[in-house]
Amino acid sequence: MSQLSITLLRMGFLVLLWALVLSAIAVLRADLYGTRVTARGRGRESRRDAEARAEKTASPSRAATGIRTGSISTREPSAGHLAVTGGPLKGTTIPLGGAPILVGRASTCTLVIDDDYCSAKHCRIYLEGDRWMVEDLGSTNGTFLGNQKVTDPVPFRTGDVVRIGATALELRG
Amino acid sequence: MATVADVTVRTGRRSELGLLGLAVAVAVLARGLVDYHADFLELDELALYAAAWCGTALVIHLAIRRWAPFADPVLVPAVLALNGIGLAMIRRIDFAYANRGRDTDFGQVQEVWTLLGIVLALLVILLLRDYRLLRRFTYTAGVLGLIGLLLPLVPGLGKEINGAKIWISVLGRSLQPAEFAKIAFVVFFAGFLVTNRDTLALAGPKVLGMRFPRPRDMGPLALVWVAAMLVQIYERDLGTSLLLFGIFVAMLYVATERLSWVLVGLGMFGFGAVLAGTLFSHVQVRYTAWLHALDREVYSSGTSEQLVRGLFGMANGGLFGTGLGEGRPDLVPYAESDFIVASLGEELGLTGLMAILTLYVIIVQRAMRTAIGTRHGFGKLLAAGLGFAIALQVFIVVGGVTRVIPLTGLTTPFLAYGGSSMLANWMIIGLLLRLSDQARRPEEVAA
Repeated sequence: MSQLSITLLRMGFLVLLWALVLSAIAVLRADLYGTRVTARGRGRESRRDAEARAEKTASPSRAATGIRTGSISTREPSAGHLAVTGGPLKGTTIPLGGAPILVGRASTCTLVIDDDYCSAKHCRIYLEGDRWMVEDLGSTNGTFLGNQKVTDPVPFRTGDVVRIGATALELRG
Repeated sequence: MATVADVTVRTGRRSELGLLGLAVAVAVLARGLVDYHADFLELDELALYAAAWCGTALVIHLAIRRWAPFADPVLVPAVLALNGIGLAMIRRIDFAYANRGRDTDFGQVQEVWTLLGIVLALLVILLLRDYRLLRRFTYTAGVLGLIGLLLPLVPGLGKEINGAKIWISVLGRSLQPAEFAKIAFVVFFAGFLVTNRDTLALAGPKVLGMRFPRPRDMGPLALVWVAAMLVQIYERDLGTSLLLFGIFVAMLYVATERLSWVLVGLGMFGFGAVLAGTLFSHVQVRYTAWLHALDREVYSSGTSEQLVRGLFGMANGGLFGTGLGEGRPDLVPYAESDFIVASLGEELGLTGLMAILTLYVIIVQRAMRTAIGTRHGFGKLLAAGLGFAIALQVFIVVGGVTRVIPLTGLTTPFLAYGGSSMLANWMIIGLLLRLSDQARRPEEVAA
């Protein structure tokens, strides 16, 4: 082979290598820019929201009630309370911040339930994006959302009821 | 408020086939160029090699279609391309050694390891139908990892090569159990952290606006740190201890989203590195060889000779390289394993080396994307941990060879000569394929 064709092959290899890299990136394009985030209600509308909220501060704010929210992030909570609607702790409400809530018998949990059917670390309720999710932590007797047993994290919507032993938890706006 | 519009998931199996074609072309052209310059080119044999590659790629493709239809389409082509380049380079170094009267068969051995690695990855996909199964073996994996790490210290089984006790000899072959221990530790960390992350993230005093962990929650971190240090002391394996500790800190960060853990981890690492540098002569030698590589006395004492020869090789390659088969990578000791990056830098130049590094970036990005896409906490940690393991390993090796960090002995995934590394890394790819398959699978509509 002539020197020219050798040089061409040598460069050709580099071109081929980059062709592979670039086409791999092209395949990923949909993934890299895949999710479109569209702003909704930006501008005037949200400002009106903020004003409306500012007016409401006449009613006792969450901080003023003296209940620790456990909130660490300053993210706006998308749901107000987690209410216990059944079981020994019936009537308890936990204000929701952005921090995850651990439910179980262990004293380190956010919501400690004294129930023989509840595991030490039973389930976890956490914020993903702007929706709450509930995840079972390998409990013995299971966590139920409605009638469905929770295995993978599932969305926990306002009004849904989660059952742990005799305890029922409800998300309220 | 903002709405996130999901784009419908395409399985991407056809794009995978196309990319596989390109990857096979890269591998075969590399081999052709190497053979031509060694005056060894026989078109029949090259055609056979090409056919073998096409067959392998097709088998992998069909297996994925059958058993992991939603798996990531880019992972396997990227890995196969790296593997093909590695095989060609090792063969090329065999030829160079033969010219100097040293008979080696690294290339052929590596081909066998590659095939075994692929079989292992397919077995992982076939046998592990649900990665969540691994969570049950959290502590088993932790113990296995520790045993793997300690095996080279067992008298009779362990083997010392060049001052590092990281090999064991099995059936006349030497294996590096640390490569497999790496995977076991990632599984252990993922299982451990998914249960304990809230305690680790939320409890503890706040200093300078950052929440620092409580001393009693530091237990596991301290334990891994001590284990990593002990490995470094007894086995003289800087790379592995750095890798393990780095993986753990990264996974802690992913699990807790607390920057304080990273700071604590980096602090502990810095302390350990300084301590090791002052206490142990072999670490000190590495530091000197790194900082004063081009000093006359350091070079002539031989400690930085390998590093500097590698640098000269890469400088000789320049922007476009000398061309495959046209350089002198064999002048660097261990050009086929530890210094394969320098060999590739010489013959493919900066352009080729950047393409190779981009392939690694793509693999790691896919792992991270899988972690984001998985909803299960364990899967997130597992994917992120495995991806980070590959990224950190590449950084440690390439950083060492290019004199960004002190040189430590680790293998370049998929490129360097070495059986354990090949098998372990293909296993990681098998796990990532399974994870991404489950992450990208459309949710089943509840009946």
